[in-house]
Amino acid sequence: MSGSMSGDTGTELVWNGRELPPGPDQDAVMKAITGEITGKGFVVGNLDRIVNWARTGSLWPMTFGLACCAVEMIHAYMPRYDLDRMGVIPRASPRQSDVMIVAGTLTNKMAPALRKLYDQMAEPRYVISMGSCANGGGYYHYSYSVVRGCDRIVPVDVYVPGCPPTAEALVYGIMQLQKKIRRTGTILRG
Amino acid sequence: MADTPETAPTEDQVPVVLTPTEALCAAVGGLQRVLSAKIAVGEIVIRTDLASLLELMTVLKDDPRFAFEQVMDICGVDWPQNAERFEVVYNLLSVSLNHRLRVIVTTDGVTPVPSVSHIWAVATWWEREAWDLFGIPFSGQSDLRRILTDYGFVGHPMRKDFPLTGYVEVRYDEERKQVVYEPVKLVQDFRRFDFISPWEGMTTLPGDEKAHREG
Repeated sequence: MSGSMSGDTGTELVWNGRELPPGPDQDAVMKAITGEITGKGFVVGNLDRIVNWARTGSLWPMTFGLACCAVEMIHAYMPRYDLDRMGVIPRASPRQSDVMIVAGTLTNKMAPALRKLYDQMAEPRYVISMGSCANGGGYYHYSYSVVRGCDRIVPVDVYVPGCPPTAEALVYGIMQLQKKIRRTGTILRG
Repeated sequence: MADTPETAPTEDQVPVVLTPTEALCAAVGGLQRVLSAKIAVGEIVIRTDLASLLELMTVLKDDPRFAFEQVMDICGVDWPQNAERFEVVYNLLSVSLNHRLRVIVTTDGVTPVPSVSHIWAVATWWEREAWDLFGIPFSGQSDLRRILTDYGFVGHPMRKDFPLTGYVEVRYDEERKQVVYEPVKLVQDFRRFDFISPWEGMTTLPGDEKAHREG
């Protein structure tokens, strides 16, 4: 029944389950759908894409400022780069956040706390590792008290290099994460 | 105008004018129980021993000539070659008289240093730090816990004989669902790049040897 509707009753759902090539058939479907929804105030879209649009458009980060990288992260929130305009609003609670930005040196003492906060985040959740220290220990790679990369503790989606990375680099990292979500995002539970 | 001195000092009677730092150094050096007092790069450094520490510190705080109301910092220094291996350094500040003083005692790391926490309450945190990082014990300190290093940390990392990379590292264990400690395992050992900086050591740059050759 795809691509058709019963003009008589108007109760049967219009469903374009199969993509029609441009032509008279598609025109007929489009016209029927337009007639169906006009005045009812809703649009029809691809559910996966709508979910991804919502996810990428409101990436609320769990602010995990651990060291000087946090200052650059703050710069990214401030008016010049203004992450708010991308829907990135810092949250102080893991329950409300979608992405954790690990900004700074992760020490052994902080590692269990970081993992606990990550575990408290609701799925789907993402991690951005910001700066050399979070990426691989960086300057403190041989220290007795520093974790050699936060990917030993949590799974990382995007690594932002730099010491510290500029605010632009972090914004670019967030855009890369949005790209990744658009490419791989699904409403299915993993 | 009656107070005006009648005679100005003549040339052979030039009064010795001490700077405030020198005056304080002389005053502190005159105290009992001070082993030595000297001025190093503009700062007064005095030395004393463990037995006299508390008494001296009490005087330094309560005597109105000194009035050291604050201890800015207590830190340790490790000299492994010395018999008394550790130095404990107290940096004192008088906000009312605007002067500073450094007091140094030495200890072997076994004999406890008397705590000054009842003289300056803030000393508790500094002494905990010195205990944590150097393993210097303090007697009379009721709260001698570690303050900086990880819970359950073994060793005192600022000692010269503590290995740079320590003994353990952490990772998240997916099966046990927790962060676990494991013996440290490095892919590549620490390398020391101790080159002379071209801005400091190299006066003849590569290629300029001929031009700079003597004669």
